[in-house]
Amino acid sequence: MALLEVSHIDTYYVDSHILFDLSLTVEAGEVVCLLGRNGAGKTTTVRSIVGLTPPRDGAITLRGRDIVGLPPFRIARLGIGFVPEDRRVFPNLTVHENLEVARRTWGNGSASPWTEERVFDLFPILRERRRQAGGTLSGGEQQMLTIARTLMGNPEILLLDEPSEGLAPIVVETLREQLERLKASGLTLVLAEQNVRFVSDLGDRVYILEKGMVRYQGSMARFLADDEVRQTYLAV
Amino acid sequence: MSGLSVGMFLFLVSVGMSLIFGVTRIVNLAHGSFYMVGAYLMVTLVEVLPDRPWAFWLALVAAPLGVAVLGGAIEVGLLRLIYHRDPLMQLILTFGLILVISTLVLLVWGPDNKSVSRPDALAGSVLIFGQRFPSYYLLVLGLAPVVAVGLWLIFYRTRWGMLIRAATVDREMLGALGVNVAALYTQVFAFGSWLAGLGGALAAPTVAVALGMDGDVLTTAFVVVVIGGLGSFAGSFISALLVGLLQSFGILVFPAVSIVLLFAIMAVVLIVRPWGLLGRPEE
Repeated sequence: MALLEVSHIDTYYVDSHILFDLSLTVEAGEVVCLLGRNGAGKTTTVRSIVGLTPPRDGAITLRGRDIVGLPPFRIARLGIGFVPEDRRVFPNLTVHENLEVARRTWGNGSASPWTEERVFDLFPILRERRRQAGGTLSGGEQQMLTIARTLMGNPEILLLDEPSEGLAPIVVETLREQLERLKASGLTLVLAEQNVRFVSDLGDRVYILEKGMVRYQGSMARFLADDEVRQTYLAV
Repeated sequence: MSGLSVGMFLFLVSVGMSLIFGVTRIVNLAHGSFYMVGAYLMVTLVEVLPDRPWAFWLALVAAPLGVAVLGGAIEVGLLRLIYHRDPLMQLILTFGLILVISTLVLLVWGPDNKSVSRPDALAGSVLIFGQRFPSYYLLVLGLAPVVAVGLWLIFYRTRWGMLIRAATVDREMLGALGVNVAALYTQVFAFGSWLAGLGGALAAPTVAVALGMDGDVLTTAFVVVVIGGLGSFAGSFISALLVGLLQSFGILVFPAVSIVLLFAIMAVVLIVRPWGLLGRPEE
C-alpha cells in the first residue's frame, strides 16, 4: 500500500473548477516532485491533501485511511506536514515561539525524534536567531523556519509548496542540501516546484501538472532525459 | 482614585473584548452583558454563602468562573455556527444576546437594583493626601497590576499565550500545524468572558447592580478598545486608565461635556491613528 494515495480528485475554489480527476501516489521514503507552470494546480493539489481546500470528489488515503473531510489539524496530526508557499511564519512570534506552537503535543510526543535542538542542528542559523521575531528574518531564514516549524510536529510526509521561490541562488543551494539531509534521514517529501534544477538531484519521481491535470509521470531520470516533455510543459 | 478603579474595571472588560476580537474576529456586543452577569452572580453568591469573612472572596472567584462557563457555552452553541458568515450576522447575533441576557437577568433577579456589601476588612476608608478613600478601592488598584502582569505572563511566557498570539495572525496556518483552533477559540472566548465577569464581580460592591449596567460598560469599553487599538493588550491597559480618569475628573470639572469629550478623543484617535494608540495597522 502506498503511503499517500490521491485518487481521482476534483477540487474547486468556490465555483471555479481547479483540479480535474487528479491522481498520484507517494511511497514511503520517496521524494516526489510536482512540476508545472504558475496556475497549473500545484498549490491546490497540496492544499487538497492537507485539508485546507478539500476535494469535492475522489479520495485521498494515508496508509489506506481516507482523510478527505477531516479538519486540517487532524490531518496534520496523522503525520502530513505542510510547508506553505510564501513562508507564513508568525511574524509577531520569536523563532523559538514559532517552533513551540508547532511542537507535537498529541500522541506519544516523547518518543518523537524532532526537538528544537535537532531542528537547530539542521538549520544552525535559526539557533542564532532564536530570540528574534519571525518577521525580522530574511527570506531564506523564514523559509528554513517554516520547514523547521513543520518538522516539530514530526510528520511522516513533508509537503513543500514552492520552497525555492524568491530565494537567492546561494540560499537555494543551502536549502537543497538541507532537504537532501532530510531525505537521507528517511523522511518522505513532496515538492511542488517550478525550479527543475532545484529538484533534479533530489527527486525520485516526477508528476507534471497542467491546467489541473496530470500530464506526465515518470522517474526523475526518464524525465530529465526527455527534452520534449520539458519544452512542452515547463518552458516559459 | 475612583477614576483609576473605574479604569481597572474597564481594563478587565475591554482587554477581554479585545482578546476575543483578536483571535476570533468577533466583535462581541454581549461583552457588557457578561460584565453585568458577573455582578449579579456576585450579588447572589454573597447572599447565599454563609456570613463568614471568606464568603466574599469565594464569591469573587466563583462568579467570574460562572461567566466563563456561560461564555464558553455561547461560543460552542451559537458563535461557532457563524464564523464563516458575514460579519454583520455576528453583530446581529451578539446584539440579540444582549437582549436575551438582559431579559433573563430581569426574570431571575427582578427589576430592583441590588448591592453587594464590601467585605468587613475593606469596609472602612483610608486617608491619602488628607483625603478619605474607601479601602476597597485600594484592593481594586492593587489588583490592577497583578492582573496586568498575570496577563502579560500568560501571553508571553506560556505556550497557550503563544498559540493565542499566533492565532491572531494566521489561523489557517496554525490549524495546518496540528493545533485544534476551534478548541482554542472556545478557550479564548471563555477566558475573555471570565475577564468581563471578574470586572463585574469586582465592581459590584462599588456600584448599584442594575439592569442598565451592560450597555454603559459596553459603550465605554468600546471606546477604550478603539483608542488602545483592537487586539493590543498594553493599549487596552493604558487607554482604560485614561478613559477611567477622564470620566471621573470630567464629571467633576466639566460635567456637561464629559461624555462628549470621551467620543471626541476617540474620533481624534481614529483620524490620526485609525489602528489605535498601540495597535498595528491591518494589511
